[in-house]
Amino acid sequence: METILEIKNLKTHFFTKAGLIKAVDDISFKIKKGEIVGLVGESGSGKSITGFSIIGLIDAPGRIVSGSINFKNEPLLNASSNRMQSLRGNRLAMIFQDPMMTLNPVLRIDTQMIETIKAHDKNISNQEAFRRCRDTLGLVGISSPEERMKAYPHQFSGGMRQRVCIAIAMLNKPDLIIADEPTTALDVTIQGQVIYEMQELCKKTGTALLWITHDLAVVAGIASKICVMYAGRIVEQGSVDDIINKPMHPYTIGLIKSVPSQNKRGEPLHQIEGMVPSMLELPIGCAFHDRCTETIENCKIEKPIETNQSDSRVIRCFNFKDIRK
Amino acid sequence: MTDILKVLQVSKNFVKPIDIASKVVNMFGNFYNQEVVHAVDNVSFNVTSGEVVGVVGESGCGKSTLGRMIAGILPLTSGKLDFHDQHYSGFDEGNYKHNSHIDLKIQMIFQDPFSSLNPRQKIIDIISEAPIHHKLISKKDKKYFVKDILNKVGLGTDAMDRFPHQFSGGQRQRIGIARALAVSPEFIVCDESIAALDVSIQAQVINLFLKLRQDLNLTYLFISHDIGVIQHIADRVVVMYLGQIVETASSDEIFSHPNHPYTKALLQGVPTLDTKKKIYTPIKGEIPSPINPPSGCYFHPRCKFSTNKCITDKPSYKEVSPNHFSACHLNS
Ligand SMILES: Nc1ncnc2c1ncn2[C@@H]1O[C@H](COP(=O)(O)OP(=O)(O)OP(=O)(O)O)[C@@H](O)[C@H]1O
Ligand SMILES: Nc1ncnc2c1ncn2[C@@H]1O[C@H](COP(=O)(O)OP(=O)(O)O)[C@@H](O)[C@H]1O
Ligand code: SF4
Ligand code: SF4
Ligand SMILES: [Mg+2]
Ligand SMILES: [Mg+2]
Repeated sequence: METILEIKNLKTHFFTKAGLIKAVDDISFKIKKGEIVGLVGESGSGKSITGFSIIGLIDAPGRIVSGSINFKNEPLLNASSNRMQSLRGNRLAMIFQDPMMTLNPVLRIDTQMIETIKAHDKNISNQEAFRRCRDTLGLVGISSPEERMKAYPHQFSGGMRQRVCIAIAMLNKPDLIIADEPTTALDVTIQGQVIYEMQELCKKTGTALLWITHDLAVVAGIASKICVMYAGRIVEQGSVDDIINKPMHPYTIGLIKSVPSQNKRGEPLHQIEGMVPSMLELPIGCAFHDRCTETIENCKIEKPIETNQSDSRVIRCFNFKDIRK
Repeated sequence: MTDILKVLQVSKNFVKPIDIASKVVNMFGNFYNQEVVHAVDNVSFNVTSGEVVGVVGESGCGKSTLGRMIAGILPLTSGKLDFHDQHYSGFDEGNYKHNSHIDLKIQMIFQDPFSSLNPRQKIIDIISEAPIHHKLISKKDKKYFVKDILNKVGLGTDAMDRFPHQFSGGQRQRIGIARALAVSPEFIVCDESIAALDVSIQAQVINLFLKLRQDLNLTYLFISHDIGVIQHIADRVVVMYLGQIVETASSDEIFSHPNHPYTKALLQGVPTLDTKKKIYTPIKGEIPSPINPPSGCYFHPRCKFSTNKCITDKPSYKEVSPNHFSACHLNS
């Protein structure tokens, strides 16, 4: 399969008054055409900044310091802002945790959707644009879309607003959608609907999806590949089966073991000790070393580098147990 | 086993005051009704001593409102609450009377540990304030007392002289728990108490809740949208929909044999670590408004099994197997 997105050694840092924050620090991964990739990590681990880096929305005091992002073989880091704008909303779309980051509260839904189409297709007729909006809203499970399109965002529930955002992202059948915790603020029931619809849409349109979440379970069923982030780095990546069923990095192992369903009911849960470190004062060496059960001397001195275990599997750790042996 | 808490036909309405525009319209003869939110609607259940009762349901179904009434920080519209067979609930109409002894015995722990802690108070004062005020301890014992409680919640003694902002989310939640424990409660209402925490910290706090339950013989009402967590720690589960209880059973029973179509759909929608679960069969439709709930069974507009009877008649809440209650016409 063709590679849609390739990120190599990307570093996005924030030069704040309080100090240097290496929000994204040397990450590399690929997304193939139509593939669903999960980017999983705790809050502050750099997931959103990874997404913003891809769509070119990093503002001061942040800056992409080095690395490369190739989208359909086109390098994005030196692309003009015009070029980025024409890609965004067209070939490349993002869905945010808060739908109101996408929606304009004072415009009707139909106005906003038709604008999105017309921004990238000047020749389309009003009628045709309207039809496409209506059909896309139908696809994301909004009933009587023709009526609903005349509403303003505040007349919709949170779940419906998020579905409108998904519809807007899908309008121009992009090659890649970055979905940043799109279901975190939603109820379990509505989350199920959204996961279902996103999955169906990607299947139908061949759109690839980077699904950002703090909840491994959300992507376990739908992603084909998972990247696990900790403190600005991808510590382990591989096929969903490798990551969920055969994790090798101590952090991934700890995370999965601490999920309630992996523990005997009522018994203490397996827990990762310690605290999530502040990005302003990361431990020297491996950022996980003061919480890790496998720490060796080297972990406290040097940063582990990425090692390829197989085609798709990459681990950043000095002392993982290779359970395949 | 004795019942520590009895919740009897408890309801809570919130009345949205009518706005000026509607008032003007009213003067001209058109009548706009005040909007009444039936946040909790005729809810009854008992909690036995030492039990963990989990409360689940979608956003806005009344979980927090119920929790706040039980914790004695929100008056009831109607119904009755008994703690150790002693009536303690107050009502909306002005005569809300605290039973301060019982109020102390039931404590509440919130989702956002930061907003509930006074930023200008040192931890030692945050924790000792209530027990000193209620004369449970004397000022001179304060240090010793706080040290002991910090110990119980897994914080070091050096935390005493620091301020809330100097702690991480997980630590602040521990401080919130310490403050609740300081008045020696028997019953704790946890409202989304782990929702704001980082994934790797959630397990630590859940473990703390489990340990304190053992050590101090606590009873919990545990409100959470995380069904995996509820399955892990609850002995019994209460499922709410639009202000009402639709199903109650032991945790084992409800997760293996859910009866109510809403419960079934709710449990099916939970993402799990099963990498083979590719298909979600979600509940269709949106959560209806508690201002104008649907007729008959409140769940009927979203239910796969809905019949004409469901649209017109309210299903009764009855025992479908020992200690397993459900409100659905399919059971009759
Ligand atoms: N002070 C209030 N005034 C008016 N309506 C209120 C008030 N507090 C709660 N409500 C309404 O009562 C209903 C139940 O609210 P409640 O906070 O108990 O829900 P919940 O189940 O805790 O939801 P969540 O999962 O979002 O926390 C909702 O419709 C809510 O909007
Ligand atoms: N505009 C900003 N200025 C300074 N630091 C930022 C900014 N945006 C994000 N960061 C920091 O970068 C790190 C990664 O953030 P983010 O990618 O948003 O994390 P998450 O994984 O929760 O999405 C965090 O430490 C965050 O505080
Ligand atoms: S590099 Fe060392 S400290 Fe880091 S995860 Fe691996 S074993 Fe643990
Ligand atoms: S009473 Fe009818 S609508 Fe309600 S849950 Fe049962 S089958 Fe569904
Ligand atoms: Mg984020
Ligand atoms: Mg609530």
